[in-house]
Amino acid sequence: MISLTINGKTQSVEVAPDTPLLWVLRDTVGLTGTKFGCGAGLCGACTVHLDGQAVRSCQLPVSSAEGKKVTTIEGLSADASHKVQRAWISEQVPQCGYCQPGQIMSAVALLAKTPKPTDDEIDAAMSGNLCRCGTYQRVRRAIHVAAGQEKGGTV
Amino acid sequence: MTATGSFSRRDFLKTGATAGAGLTVAIYLPGCRRGEPEAAAAAAAVAKPTFLPNAWVRVGPDGWTTVMVDRSEMGQGVTTSLPMLVAEELDADWRKVRIEQAPAAEEYINPAFGLQGTGGSSSVRAGFKPLREAGARARAMLIAAAAATWGVDAKDLKTEKGVVIGPGGKKLTYGALADKAATMPVPETVTLKDPKDWKLIGTNVGRLDLVPKVTGQAGFGIDATAPGMLTAVVARPPVFGGKVKSFDATAAKASPGVKQVIQIGSGIAVVADGYWNAKKGRDALKVEWDNGPLGGSSSESIRQKFVSLSSRPGVTARNDGNAATALARGAKKIEAVYEVPYLAHACMEPMNTAAHVRSDGVTVWSPTQFQMGRGIGAKGIAAKIGGVPEEKVEVITTYLGGGFGRRFELDFVVEAVEASKATGAPVKVVWSREDDTQHDFYRPATYNKLAAALDQDGAPVAWTHRIVGPSIMARFEPVFGPLPKGIDGSSVEAAVDLPYELPNVKVEWVRADVGVPVGFWRSVGNSQNAFIVESFIDELAHAAGKDPYEFRRGLLEKHPRHKAVLELAAEKAGWGRPLPEGRARGIALQESFGSWVAEVAEVSVSPEGKPKVHRIVCAVDCGTVVNPDIVAAQMESAIVYGLSAALSGEITLKDGRVVQGNFDTYPVLRMNEMPVVEVHLVKNSEPPGGVGEPGTPPAAPAVCNAIFALTGKRVRRLPIRPDEIKPA
Repeated sequence: MISLTINGKTQSVEVAPDTPLLWVLRDTVGLTGTKFGCGAGLCGACTVHLDGQAVRSCQLPVSSAEGKKVTTIEGLSADASHKVQRAWISEQVPQCGYCQPGQIMSAVALLAKTPKPTDDEIDAAMSGNLCRCGTYQRVRRAIHVAAGQEKGGTV
Repeated sequence: MTATGSFSRRDFLKTGATAGAGLTVAIYLPGCRRGEPEAAAAAAAVAKPTFLPNAWVRVGPDGWTTVMVDRSEMGQGVTTSLPMLVAEELDADWRKVRIEQAPAAEEYINPAFGLQGTGGSSSVRAGFKPLREAGARARAMLIAAAAATWGVDAKDLKTEKGVVIGPGGKKLTYGALADKAATMPVPETVTLKDPKDWKLIGTNVGRLDLVPKVTGQAGFGIDATAPGMLTAVVARPPVFGGKVKSFDATAAKASPGVKQVIQIGSGIAVVADGYWNAKKGRDALKVEWDNGPLGGSSSESIRQKFVSLSSRPGVTARNDGNAATALARGAKKIEAVYEVPYLAHACMEPMNTAAHVRSDGVTVWSPTQFQMGRGIGAKGIAAKIGGVPEEKVEVITTYLGGGFGRRFELDFVVEAVEASKATGAPVKVVWSREDDTQHDFYRPATYNKLAAALDQDGAPVAWTHRIVGPSIMARFEPVFGPLPKGIDGSSVEAAVDLPYELPNVKVEWVRADVGVPVGFWRSVGNSQNAFIVESFIDELAHAAGKDPYEFRRGLLEKHPRHKAVLELAAEKAGWGRPLPEGRARGIALQESFGSWVAEVAEVSVSPEGKPKVHRIVCAVDCGTVVNPDIVAAQMESAIVYGLSAALSGEITLKDGRVVQGNFDTYPVLRMNEMPVVEVHLVKNSEPPGGVGEPGTPPAAPAVCNAIFALTGKRVRRLPIRPDEIKPA
């Protein structure tokens, strides 16, 4: 049994310790907001926070999450009230939406460390998150909006 | 808040209060995610509709209007743009409009294709009239109900935001009228609003699918679940056309969590209690493959075949004047060979589908672009494999994590239905990223020979283009009939539609099927042919010693919509004005799917030959615009898709196998490579054009034309190779 604290709730899971956290979240715990994109740490769709740090959950054995705080997209807010989620809506960022939980988790981690990021800092923090719908320009704008550096859009 | 993030209607309403206007809309895509009880609760919180006048509109006694969305949401915005059409004519209160994904059903078949599917940038185009009419019919019945209630003439009544307004300003809400409206006759004819009276169409109404997409609640195919559902990972032949010779499942079956190992049509499915165990089981599986005839093929052998076929005449796809004679007599002759590679779609959500085959029917949860029609689609295929009539098949369309044409294919649906049938359990087949890259239906590779002649004044007098490549549509001949005149229209589109004033044009197509599966890739033939013809016309401009923008413009007198977007893009990009040292502009133009798009790219090239795209200015004429921000988003998206292909997209074969596997070997554009993209709309009242695809075709040629302007190096094969454009 491995004890995990996910979005503030502690629970035990019975899985092999080398199972990637991603699949424990999705298939065992039932938190499917965290997405599978590449299984190799190349696309960022599976990004969650481990003690506040953005990590690729497809590359993290579940045993390394024991005793640490895991936050997933579901842990930000269920009603889109988190400032980054709100900015994502005001800038109408998502298209297909599949990569967006990972984008948002990377952005939240960036803003926690760097409250007023420059474009270069956004590039550095966000270039590991792929989006095939090409929403990057809006992701960048939404981060600036969430940071209070730009005024939100019309929606 | 709970750990699974339950999402009641109260939450939706709260969202509306906290996140700005236009969001108080409940979204219910049924049965496709964990937390289904919460979704069901959210749906139940809205009263059961009692007024169901047609396939698209539902109104409940609480006044909530449900629009049934009969196309697949893959990012292009149909869950917003289609409801806007219905709500406009219904005069619904947009804050009380919710969406529900339509089932696979006859009434949703697109008459243009004879199937229910999403593709060809057709959703708004096809739905523009019927969906507005559906709203108008429902409105007429609500008015009739109010007229009967008040004993007044229907023509004296008005509607506004979900309310019928009668003489003296008295009001009845749609909710209050729903029951009675259901008893009113359906009007045979309805008059649609004058466009000047539109309140929703043409406005930036916020997308209806964003709250679930920023909270992790949106149900994609990969999130489908049902009691007892197992996950399968399939071992497929590494060589196209290969087969299973034999397999040893001993080690796979001994792997933790593995329930069954079964042979299905596409290979061997390892079925386990979850993805990770299924994948580990597949890693342990031993399969001996019969590689078939393609085991020795490679990108080089395929290219050699194309080269050899290019010396033969093909089927004539366009023949104006006498190109051969004009070519021989021209003052200046220009020749070139252009090549494009196979491309994978690389949707962010790897292919997947879940199915449950029972004796009394089949349920399919699928991120599919093709629900039903002509005996195929997810519904037809599931019925055939499940051995039940189509009416016993339920297709639940989930959100699609990208589509781009890949999800029009049914291979992943077939696998899920076969795996469920063989195991007797609900089974979700999930592909790895490598599976997805190596078992795609690729954008065709082609080899192109072009020649053109200019007269003494630099005006083009002849143009010939011979395209050598495989056919996508040949695969569908059993469904749609033989290729018209032996030509696959998708292979020659954009090449035959050349808009420029040219007296002598010949376009030929040499069919070269080589066994690599090919399919629809965002904008299909336009994606490669626009690169080729828009690069070659640029070559002619330079050969004529003319500015590439002015050269094109001078040849477009008979094509005003082409000319208008070209001029708008050039103007907004500052064509002709100085740029910072080391940068240059390129321009390209293409009409596709009923929309006209011109793009100007601003590019620099590093000393190592690495191109950087700084800015793309896009002008689009897509006729009547339903939602300008969604149009802009689709242009941004399509441009990025085209840039990824131009800068790095290439699938190669070695020993009959795809070499690339994950995003390290099949790179796509990342945040740090993203240019500034500006979209400008041409405003007019023409019928709506498509918007999902038309932004892609001009992207690659605009960039390559800029590279030529900067370096003098002409890119004639994609992707762009740094060693070929490196400054000397």
